[in-house]
Amino acid sequence: MDIITTNNLTKKFDDLIAVDRVSFSVKKGEIFGFLGPNGAGKTTTIKMLITLLNPTEGSALVSGYDIIKQRDDVRKSIGVVFQEPALDPQLTGRENLDFHARMYGLDGDKRKNRIKEVLNLVDLDDKKDVLVKNYSGGMKRRLEIARGLMHHPTILFLDEPTLGLDAQARRAIWDYIHKMNKEKDTTIFLTTHYMEEADYLCDRVGIIDHGKILVIDSTDNLKNSVGNDVITLSCSDIPSLSKRLGEEPWIKNIKQHDSFLTLGVEKGEEKIPIIFEIARPLNITIKSISVRKPTLDDVFLYFTGRTIRDQEPESPLRVSARIHNRGG
Amino acid sequence: MKGTELQAIYVMWLREMKKFIRSRSRILATIVQPLFFLVILGSGLRSAAMPGMVGDDYLYFLAPGIVAMAILFSSMFTGISVLWDRQFGFLQEVLVAPISRLSIIFGRTLGGATISLIQGFIILAIAISLNVPILSIFNLLFTIVFMVLLAFTAVGFGLVIASKMSDFQGFQIIMNLLLMPLLFLSSAFFPIATNPQFPHIIKNLVFLNPLFYMVDGLRGTMTGINNYFNPMVDLLVVLSICIFMMGLGSYFFSKCEA
Repeated sequence: MDIITTNNLTKKFDDLIAVDRVSFSVKKGEIFGFLGPNGAGKTTTIKMLITLLNPTEGSALVSGYDIIKQRDDVRKSIGVVFQEPALDPQLTGRENLDFHARMYGLDGDKRKNRIKEVLNLVDLDDKKDVLVKNYSGGMKRRLEIARGLMHHPTILFLDEPTLGLDAQARRAIWDYIHKMNKEKDTTIFLTTHYMEEADYLCDRVGIIDHGKILVIDSTDNLKNSVGNDVITLSCSDIPSLSKRLGEEPWIKNIKQHDSFLTLGVEKGEEKIPIIFEIARPLNITIKSISVRKPTLDDVFLYFTGRTIRDQEPESPLRVSARIHNRGG
Repeated sequence: MKGTELQAIYVMWLREMKKFIRSRSRILATIVQPLFFLVILGSGLRSAAMPGMVGDDYLYFLAPGIVAMAILFSSMFTGISVLWDRQFGFLQEVLVAPISRLSIIFGRTLGGATISLIQGFIILAIAISLNVPILSIFNLLFTIVFMVLLAFTAVGFGLVIASKMSDFQGFQIIMNLLLMPLLFLSSAFFPIATNPQFPHIIKNLVFLNPLFYMVDGLRGTMTGINNYFNPMVDLLVVLSICIFMMGLGSYFFSKCEA
């Protein structure tokens, strides 16, 4: 059963097309991820789905409700964890949760119990009376996840849930996401530009770039589409070798980026000697060569022709871009 | 459904109150500044003769103006604090909740108005303790009506500005270029409409200033001297401005996207 379906969802900011006729669906109970570099249109898509932005064109159903005509129904059935912390730093953790609970109509004891429950879920019970401005980045994220879950949403939207966190905090967040997906059967829609995050968490991944979805499939299928093995090599004359190898039928795909050549093949270790044999008559020296299992990085390279670049998570540019976007 | 909206209004109000009580510097600043005006300016110029002023005690003239100023600044601050919420991303959390925009605005305005009324009352109490004469208890209730209307209007005005601005520099400009001139031209500090030394054009300009009617109404109900219009006339004007400003504030806020 599809819990989110979009139909040609489009958002334009003045001349910039942030999301370009995007159509996809998310199944109930799965963890679905949008993978793409910064500025690919992930956040804009999420903002349309959670009713914070109106689409320029197209439509979408979330939990069976139209995102334009049935905003309040959509809002009731979703939980959201925003990219930047959306907490009130001058309130304590418990107060932030209490605020949320009241906004979603949780009453009396139900509210108190639920606050306790979610605080335990993210291990923040002992910090509940500390002002949020004194929380660490990881604690803020955990509190937000707790808050997003509070009103038992059918879908939880997570926009870059681990942006700017260290490895340990990231791992903890992943565990919480897994836990609530498994235990409560909450559908999870997340965006990320971390490959390992998409790989570790998601059942299915959609690769998005320049506002368009390039491919949607399970992580395994995506990796298989590149080839069972990936050979990366550097040599003295990449264009000629690339051209020569392009004639070989056993190479599934061939991509050149920076000073490397990436080949998708079957039985990679047997192909290494063959590549040397091909290179020798051309007088090309191979400087380095390696064979490994494909990662989502290779998948991304395969579909977009470039690698995903990690940018500074909180550079001033991003903040100003966010402020600017709001006006649109 | 209705209960949820009420709950939301309450929690928006509660949040404003908690934040106010926690920020001691804000409480201090908003009380000390008008206090200085009242005590130092009022006492210093106490026996000065002002052209157009009835009576011989400047403090009596000034007190209603300072009450208005305290409420005005404090309410503006609340309206502007929407900018903080945007900066900290908290606005998104509020906007994505299944609550009507009107309830959000109403709760917030209520919170802001409560805070500025508290400050207004403190100034009022100080003024009374400085022997500023009060007409009657009934008139004091009437004064409170003006204070409430002024608070709501100013919060609405702050919301309008906050929805149209993205940073705090703009707020500073609004304060210096718009609010201060309006305040000076409201006869909060000195009489204008009855002052023979002002050219006619400025005297007429005063009647276009919404703040004039608020200060005039406060003066008319509080001390009953030096007011230009009958307080009922002021009330009519102030009420219309308040409704208009609240409507405008709600409209702009409902349009704003996080």
